[in-house]
Amino acid sequence: MNFGERIPAIYGWGSYIPIYRIKLDDIAKAWGEDPVVVKKGLEVEEISVRGPDEDQVTIAINAAWNALKRAPEVNPKDIGAIYVGSESKPYAVKPTATIVAAAIGASVTIRAADYEFACKAGTEALISVIAQVASGMIKYGLAIGADTSQSWPGDVLEYTASAGGSAFIIGPKSTSSVAYFEAQYSVATDTPDFWRRDEIKYPRHMGRFTGEPAYFKHITLAAKELMEREGFKPSDFDYFIPHQPNGTFPIRVALKLGFKIEQVKPGLLSPLVGNFYSGSSLTGLSRVLDIAKPGQRILLVSYGSGAGADAFSIVTQEAIEEKKRLAPTVDYYVNRKKYIDYATYLRFSNKIYGL
Amino acid sequence: MSIMSVPKAPRIWQLAERRYRLIGTQCLKCGRVFIGPRKICPQCGSRELRDIELPKRGKIYSYTVVRNPPVEREKQGPYIIAIVELENGCKLTTEIVDCSPEEIDIGTVVEAVFRKIGEEDKTGVIYYGCKFRPVK
Repeated sequence: MNFGERIPAIYGWGSYIPIYRIKLDDIAKAWGEDPVVVKKGLEVEEISVRGPDEDQVTIAINAAWNALKRAPEVNPKDIGAIYVGSESKPYAVKPTATIVAAAIGASVTIRAADYEFACKAGTEALISVIAQVASGMIKYGLAIGADTSQSWPGDVLEYTASAGGSAFIIGPKSTSSVAYFEAQYSVATDTPDFWRRDEIKYPRHMGRFTGEPAYFKHITLAAKELMEREGFKPSDFDYFIPHQPNGTFPIRVALKLGFKIEQVKPGLLSPLVGNFYSGSSLTGLSRVLDIAKPGQRILLVSYGSGAGADAFSIVTQEAIEEKKRLAPTVDYYVNRKKYIDYATYLRFSNKIYGL
Repeated sequence: MSIMSVPKAPRIWQLAERRYRLIGTQCLKCGRVFIGPRKICPQCGSRELRDIELPKRGKIYSYTVVRNPPVEREKQGPYIIAIVELENGCKLTTEIVDCSPEEIDIGTVVEAVFRKIGEEDKTGVIYYGCKFRPVK
């Protein structure tokens, strides 16, 4: 893939994870499940939980503020597009992107919209921004993936659905950018592995059907498409960041594609905080940018049920070193936590009917 | 301006950007900075004022714990309401989040964080703005 003369690149990256956590032991206890069996199957210890005054909008904006801290050369008035991917918007009709625009002080002459494609809505937002930067339609753009992930009380999803997100300021590659995109490929099929019907509060899924014919098939197809078309092999990448619905799938898909565990672990967050849905793989990318050295290559592959996957090859640049310290890292938020019990989790997650 | 009050949609919308980004007003003649919008400087009487973005860090000047919340925040107590002195000396009333009352004191350093302020009702407009949390 040739982006032409204007190569899209990341100028600033930032994440946000709420402070509250619930241990899987406490969720399992509430439902009479064996926590040892649950944790062994999912490889997740605890999940982040939104606070009572947090939602997808507040997570998106706190992440965007952090991304802007790392892009001091970007005037918010020069941002030409803001796209936000999510499946937990607080408004069914009214964009989160316009609230983000106001909260960062963007110009009113801007494109703003929300994207939906299950857990890959965030990378769809990113593709739109990098395409508009590459075409010259905009100078800078802001892409965000954020969710307060939804799950039925008592469903297996409740053990992983968590809250968090990440934001990226994109512009044309320069000496101020921290990493540039060198390739992007996507796949999409009609696969009903996970869905939420209109006016229904929580999603449903096909259990084990979400594995081989869904997650593994699409991530593998997208990753192979990118590597074959660009002439890369797994050893050409320093980091591999797949979508992270739990702690086991990312490791299995990495090994299946020929990556080593050491290439996956730096970007693997789900064992520590759960699955942010649209913010999942993008926060894995944010964590890798927190530690990456200049000249390293990253393979990011999101997955969205329904189903599809977006693969990106990203190369880090010199400016990454000086920008790391300008905003809190992902691990700052991972380690900043307060435990709550299951009853408080239900209240904070708005799962008690009538409140 | 208290950012804790929950007015109806038109007023909150008019003040939204000020609440989102902590926009204050500065008198171009005497230099005094105010939390809310002003048309006339109460210090020197000048009508030449400009909007400025206020610092997003400060320290707790004073605080109280609300244990009997108003109707719109029923079952959300106890919560902390504080006067925060920003780095430029401006003081504003705000909520302190992500901590219990035992974790803060007068002088605790805090930073702005974007949060929900309230909502009209479950079908109405959601109000957003800045609250503050301890810096750790």
